[in-house]
Amino acid sequence: MQIYICVKHVPDSAAHITILDKNRIDESISFLLNPYDEHAVTEAAKIKNNTPDSEVIAVCLGKNDAEKTIRSALAMGADRGILITCDKNYDSMVTALALKAAIEQDGTPGLIFTGKESIDAEGMQTMFRIGAVFDFPVATNVVKLDIEVDKAVVDCELSGGITNTYEMSLPCVLGAGKGLNTPRYPTFPDVVKSKKKPVQKIVFTDLNIKDSPAGMRIVELEPLHQARQPKEIKGDAGFVAKEIIRILKQEAKVL
Amino acid sequence: MMKNIGVIIELDKGRVKETNFGMITLARAKDTQLFAFVMDADAKSVKEVLESFGITKIVEVWLAPDQLNNPVTRAKAMINAIKEFNISMVFGLSTAMGKDLLPRIAAHLFAPLVMDCFYVDLEQKIAKTYQYSGKTIATIQLTGEVLVFGIRPNAIEPVKAQEKAQMLKFDSSHIVATGFRVIKSGGIDKTTRINLAEADVIIAGGRGMKNSENFNILFQCAKKINAAVGASRVAVDAGWVPYSMQVGQTGEKVSPKVYIACGISGSIQHFAGMKTSGMIIAINTDENAAILSNCDYYVKADALEIIPTLTKILDNG
Repeated sequence: MQIYICVKHVPDSAAHITILDKNRIDESISFLLNPYDEHAVTEAAKIKNNTPDSEVIAVCLGKNDAEKTIRSALAMGADRGILITCDKNYDSMVTALALKAAIEQDGTPGLIFTGKESIDAEGMQTMFRIGAVFDFPVATNVVKLDIEVDKAVVDCELSGGITNTYEMSLPCVLGAGKGLNTPRYPTFPDVVKSKKKPVQKIVFTDLNIKDSPAGMRIVELEPLHQARQPKEIKGDAGFVAKEIIRILKQEAKVL
Repeated sequence: MMKNIGVIIELDKGRVKETNFGMITLARAKDTQLFAFVMDADAKSVKEVLESFGITKIVEVWLAPDQLNNPVTRAKAMINAIKEFNISMVFGLSTAMGKDLLPRIAAHLFAPLVMDCFYVDLEQKIAKTYQYSGKTIATIQLTGEVLVFGIRPNAIEPVKAQEKAQMLKFDSSHIVATGFRVIKSGGIDKTTRINLAEADVIIAGGRGMKNSENFNILFQCAKKINAAVGASRVAVDAGWVPYSMQVGQTGEKVSPKVYIACGISGSIQHFAGMKTSGMIIAINTDENAAILSNCDYYVKADALEIIPTLTKILDNG
């Protein structure tokens, strides 16, 4: 079985974001493999270990620098990578079409993973778009997965800790949630080995993705300024508690 | 031509959830028909309240109980309804249900979708949402025949506007989900009493809670102030509370009216999940905690002392 993991090269969540030209970020900051994708890679590597003749391929649409993210996925257990290189950021509709084209050129997916969301655009939809263009069933925020002969049984977490269990035919698309596993961080030998694993580069324009009139485009990006003016509440526990109750009642009007 | 706008109504035990009203307020526009799609209840029972917020057509999307449980049949029914009623803009909530339903709809219609919007301009077809862990506000232009918006719960103040609504039925009971079956629906984690994403008030604990038992102090207080209980990653990783309670970058993203942070230092990753809260009240013994310089009120004290006192005062009326 060929397992494809769609990974994204995203800014480190701790990095300071600087906005350029009011519509893009300064990309000279630290980028890494999207944290949710780590769960996807870890799970794919686990399935590979239990399934003879299987292969794990990390696919990414990104700029040249995104090869680092593919290398991270390789160090965590993927066998090889495909980088679709482009020089601008595309929306999730185009991304899904590009990933599909690259995957179809490469092989026959038995399973496709993504993270449940990317921590940069936070669009929460790419897995559904991949499913729609392939016509495969989709589940997201997957926290438990069992692969059987011709089906996947998954637990998906809704908010508040509610989980649903679904049975899906294969191939299917799964958005990995945090509860799925504990990512297996690479050892030094893993990193060394990953450098020898092949990464194929495809130029985005060679995939001939048709322009669509439908889409999403960022027209403006601005920093979220927070002008909170912290005020201290001083006094003994009784006084502080009463003051908080007063604030909840009179200022926030929630009591 | 008159435009048709649709809102997908979320219900809780047959009642329209409060968070729908802000979304309906946002979806109202001149010279449009405002459709409410109701899947989980007898539409007559919610007619009056939907009319009071300006809904002009109420569509009861009829599905059998087992179809209602299946996210694929729900999405297919909505896709058919959107086509049937010529809806050009679809609004839903960015709740757990919406995060599954709205992308399914948008993907099948090849329609653009912006999740977690806190503002939409229907004329310009632009939406505002947060990106980069809540560090930026993105203004996004949507183009296409059908546009889909996921609205962040509690982001918009509801305003009433009385209308009379026409009642319609849309039978979707023939729909089947291929390759997707529900085996079990709704195993509930008993520890979270109020849904975090939709709560008006959240009381959250971090390292300063010290152990699992102390979270009961927050639960007791939460009951009194009608709050949901959240936690920082530290508290979750320590195993004190389940992951479903985590607020932050890799947890739930919330914007309650009030966020009370108990013994939470306030890392960038934690702020990514709660910085859009209306008011932040921080209780922390560490005067160097980052949260004390990025909140509205702070107390340099032990939450384990302040919160039980607060609960006791409320207990005594």
